[in-house]
Amino acid sequence: MKARTSILFGSLSAALVALALTSPRVVAADKVDPVADARAFQNFFFQKFPDVKHEDFVNGPYSMNEDMKRQWQEKEEFPPYEFALDAGKEMFATPFKNGKTYADCFPNGGVGIRQNYPYFDEKEGKVVTLELALNRCREANGEAPYSYVKDEMASLTAYMAFTSRGKPMDIKIPDDPRALAAFENGKRYFYTRRGQMNFSCASCHVQSPGERIRAEILAPALGILNAMPIYRSEWSGMGTTTRRFVTCNSQTRAVPLEPQADEYRDVEYFLSYVANGLPISGPGARP
Amino acid sequence: MKRSLACAMVLALLLAFSFALDVAPARAANEADYKTAYSAAEAASKEAASLRHQWTVTVSVLAAAKKAADGGDFDRAVAAAREAEALAKASIFQATTEKEAWKAMEIR
Repeated sequence: MKARTSILFGSLSAALVALALTSPRVVAADKVDPVADARAFQNFFFQKFPDVKHEDFVNGPYSMNEDMKRQWQEKEEFPPYEFALDAGKEMFATPFKNGKTYADCFPNGGVGIRQNYPYFDEKEGKVVTLELALNRCREANGEAPYSYVKDEMASLTAYMAFTSRGKPMDIKIPDDPRALAAFENGKRYFYTRRGQMNFSCASCHVQSPGERIRAEILAPALGILNAMPIYRSEWSGMGTTTRRFVTCNSQTRAVPLEPQADEYRDVEYFLSYVANGLPISGPGARP
Repeated sequence: MKRSLACAMVLALLLAFSFALDVAPARAANEADYKTAYSAAEAASKEAASLRHQWTVTVSVLAAAKKAADGGDFDRAVAAAREAEALAKASIFQATTEKEAWKAMEIR
């Protein structure tokens, strides 16, 4: 009887120990942990491309091989985004009809702050991108908002990015379940396959960076937004982050979402956060 | 002998009949067929859009169906509407499976 009881107790304790050892893992797998996600994300790319300097990932396809890097260095001598940059600088300094300027809407007069966008607005409970903040600034000062994909918005963000060049991306996730949910939603959007081509963002920018898709070399997802906005030869013009998302969707034959849809804001939040520590390189130029 | 002849004739008749059925031209589609096919495709397309998983091809094939019907070509309109419905259903399937499947792609 005693032996039976001890066997029973022994088995029960073993089962409890096993449960205690396995259950935290299950919980951890489902828990939103942006710090761990960012670490894993960066390590994946650092290990996949051990010869690429960490800060070079922000140069997208130009970081992927020496030929591409040389092309980029030559491009930077007469950068195609220069006109947009000049226009943005002028627009930024030009007062609205009420006499105020963009500088009145942003911390530090809007200079050197690009690395903090997008941020999570705890009052609104949503992610606010730089493009959204610029249009809100315009509307608050009685001006019509700009298109999220066209030249004016790209020019303004080009100038603001330029004032932050070299500063490390510094996105914060406040201790707020809604912020964690936004991060998780952005992550889900990034990895979800969509469109008739059945591609996710990750299909190209995680599984295949450095590979060619037709004539182009795919950029790594790490640091992909640090270069925004970009001049794309394919567009023959400048494009914002929103334009990049919309184009990616169309290329996979998915109907793009409306500019600044929650999903786009959240995926920008996710991609920017996982690039924390990498320098801002915008405005950029891409093939 | 007589019996097998009769059986052979019956078989031949059956074969001829089934062949005739096969080659007989299908009935041309009419407006009612189109409306049925289009409303099914439209419903599936709306569901895909509500799931935020609409495909561009669904939208364009659905528009092609409407254009063909407006031009009175109901055969083409019905075929396009059915194709649009199939595309929409595939996108709904994608949306449903991706609710969990995306996790397999995640960098951990």
